[in-house]
Amino acid sequence: MSLESLVWPKDLIDLDQLTAEHIHATLDVAETFREVSEREIKKVPTLRGKLVVLFFHENSTRTRLSFEVAAKRLSADTTALSASGSSMAKGETLLDTARNIMAMNPDALVMRHAASGASSFLGQRLACPVLNAGDGAHAHPTQALLDLMTIRRLKGRVAGLKVAIIGDLAHSRVARSNMIGLTRLGAKVAVAGPPSMLVGGLAEEYGVSVHTRPEPAVEGADAVIMLRIQLERQSGRLFPGAREYARVYGLNLERLALAKPDCLVLHPGPVNQGVEMTPEVYDHPRSVILEQVTNGVAVRMALLYLLIDNAERRTPAERS
Amino acid sequence: MPQRPIIVKNGRLIDPVQGFDGPADLLLADGRVAAVAGPGAIPAEDRLVFDAQGLWVLPGLIDMHVHLRDPGHEHKEDLVSGLAAAAAGGFCAVLAMPNTSPPVDQADLVKSLVARGAQAGGARLMQSAALTKGRLGQELTEYDALKRAGAAALTDDGSWVADAAVMRRALDYAHVCDLLPLSHAQEPTLAPGGLIHEGRVSTRLGLPGQPAQVEEMAIFRDLALVRLTGKPLHICHVSTASGLALIRAAKAEGLPVSCETAPHYLFLTDEDVGEYDANFKINPPLRAAADREALRQGLADGTIDVVATDHAPHSSLEKEVEFSDAAFGAIGLETALPLTLELLRALALPPSRLAEALSAQPAKLLKLPGGTLRPGAPADVTLVDPQEAFVYRVAESLSKSRNSPFDGRRFQGRAAAVIVDGEIRWRRPTL
Repeated sequence: MSLESLVWPKDLIDLDQLTAEHIHATLDVAETFREVSEREIKKVPTLRGKLVVLFFHENSTRTRLSFEVAAKRLSADTTALSASGSSMAKGETLLDTARNIMAMNPDALVMRHAASGASSFLGQRLACPVLNAGDGAHAHPTQALLDLMTIRRLKGRVAGLKVAIIGDLAHSRVARSNMIGLTRLGAKVAVAGPPSMLVGGLAEEYGVSVHTRPEPAVEGADAVIMLRIQLERQSGRLFPGAREYARVYGLNLERLALAKPDCLVLHPGPVNQGVEMTPEVYDHPRSVILEQVTNGVAVRMALLYLLIDNAERRTPAERS
Repeated sequence: MPQRPIIVKNGRLIDPVQGFDGPADLLLADGRVAAVAGPGAIPAEDRLVFDAQGLWVLPGLIDMHVHLRDPGHEHKEDLVSGLAAAAAGGFCAVLAMPNTSPPVDQADLVKSLVARGAQAGGARLMQSAALTKGRLGQELTEYDALKRAGAAALTDDGSWVADAAVMRRALDYAHVCDLLPLSHAQEPTLAPGGLIHEGRVSTRLGLPGQPAQVEEMAIFRDLALVRLTGKPLHICHVSTASGLALIRAAKAEGLPVSCETAPHYLFLTDEDVGEYDANFKINPPLRAAADREALRQGLADGTIDVVATDHAPHSSLEKEVEFSDAAFGAIGLETALPLTLELLRALALPPSRLAEALSAQPAKLLKLPGGTLRPGAPADVTLVDPQEAFVYRVAESLSKSRNSPFDGRRFQGRAAAVIVDGEIRWRRPTL
């Protein structure tokens, strides 16, 4: 299917808006943009004169940097607005801040927020494309796309692979988006975590198998995605502690040996070394965590391009 | 000022207390039902004649669970707007909850609200008072003083009285003062941050869930205290099948317990939250389809005594924000009767069931003289056009707030007029 024949949503809130064709098309575009990052002059004029606002209401170093690099490689102007640096701290509402941003006529809004649904809330109220860079425990579609790109590149396909996701499924937007994306592309997904970090309905909602021990999920896997454990959120309520977590759920060489010999190890970063995985696994040749970072820029370039281009094709009536 | 007597004629009078459903005329004089007679039997004389052809004539509807936000949050609602919206929805009387700012826990405030309510027009105001000081669940308020000031019930609605010893004393002492205690049954430690029902939708949306057991556990404890004290208790806004099952068993055991549910639990589920629509963020949360079916069954078989709105107005300041920050609640005064009419048709229930759940039962529980149209009863009458088709537009609501989950819904049947204290307080403008 050609790129032109696909209809794209105005915003990207989560991967449930995209079909397998959309996802593959996005990754195809990302592959071509990845090549830009390897040139001596790492810039193309695709989005020259466009303004991309990076609205980060929750701290994020890596995702914000990745989006900023992506926008700049496409020659877009970027401006960043963070929670502490904006009026939000002065009691201004999210909607009001967003309307003020809109008054400056940006071409896309990249948004990170601590509240599930915040990106969708703004997307429904703003004329420009909104790219969800993570909303609460809900969705992180660009992270999932870069994971899909990493797996597809290194395995040559996603369909038919077994992918394990280990960690705090209840509070992970990365896991939710990945479960949607991986299953849409035909992967078999097995998730595992302590019962306090699983929520009801995962199997029914996402078509994944659910385990309370990591071994059955990792066994025979083609890729393992380790989720970041929010140590600061723990305070002993979801799990007795980091040491206990590492022992029961952490990825070590012994557990990794249960997977296929060429199994990939992914992590959205930043890694709590010694908790989610041992240093031996982090430094293992199968660990592709830095490859993920490179692909992240390419995926975000692709989405900025696709959604801004899509917005320009929409008729004024559709835009209002 | 004495009112001119009113004859309501040609209507279908439905009064389950008298066991009557049929054509009858009604004479209202001096704030009372003066006579009920066969069609045409009451001479017109100089009386005001209300032609109720095609209408149901019901004992005045009573909503025993509303938030009028007065005092303290008058930008959401106040006595005047809330009582006007109630009348427009067909209610002759409402019971206002005390979780205002400050909370209604002192006799002076009760007295002032009751006095202002009497001047506000629209429906009759009944004011409930807090069970505990500051609604903090620690010390009892002065029930006798509150009762003398005009309080009609006691509740810490919005919070459960978690301390079992305090609640035990509250049940005992409320009975001495002849006031019905109402319990907001939600155990506070199981899921303190729960925003919607815990299930597939909360999983999909990445929102902290509130399992049904939050309600079930609280009801279980409350029923145990009813068993211990032998004193009556009313459970507010039941939302779960498991909570309802406990109440059904308690009633079978003979415990003096009653309960209500709200129309939104009879029609909506957690799936309706959709894409984080804050108008569907309600507490207790909208539950699963199986809960909704169980509640419908409970209404049909009488386990649920009362339908009450839990009318909870919030302005856009509280609702047009991130879902996690949005206030809980939905307005409901103007949709409760049309929804209940829809339910009668769906469950093939007689109109008398509506009159029971919306009038006779709340009157009985709160020991009000109304809830019936027998001679001598207060001249509170709700006239219902069961046929009129319309589309509900929240923009036209008489409430100050717009947070309805039913905006744009098509209905058949709604209130045509309400008569309070022998006075036509509201009449649909097209009539």
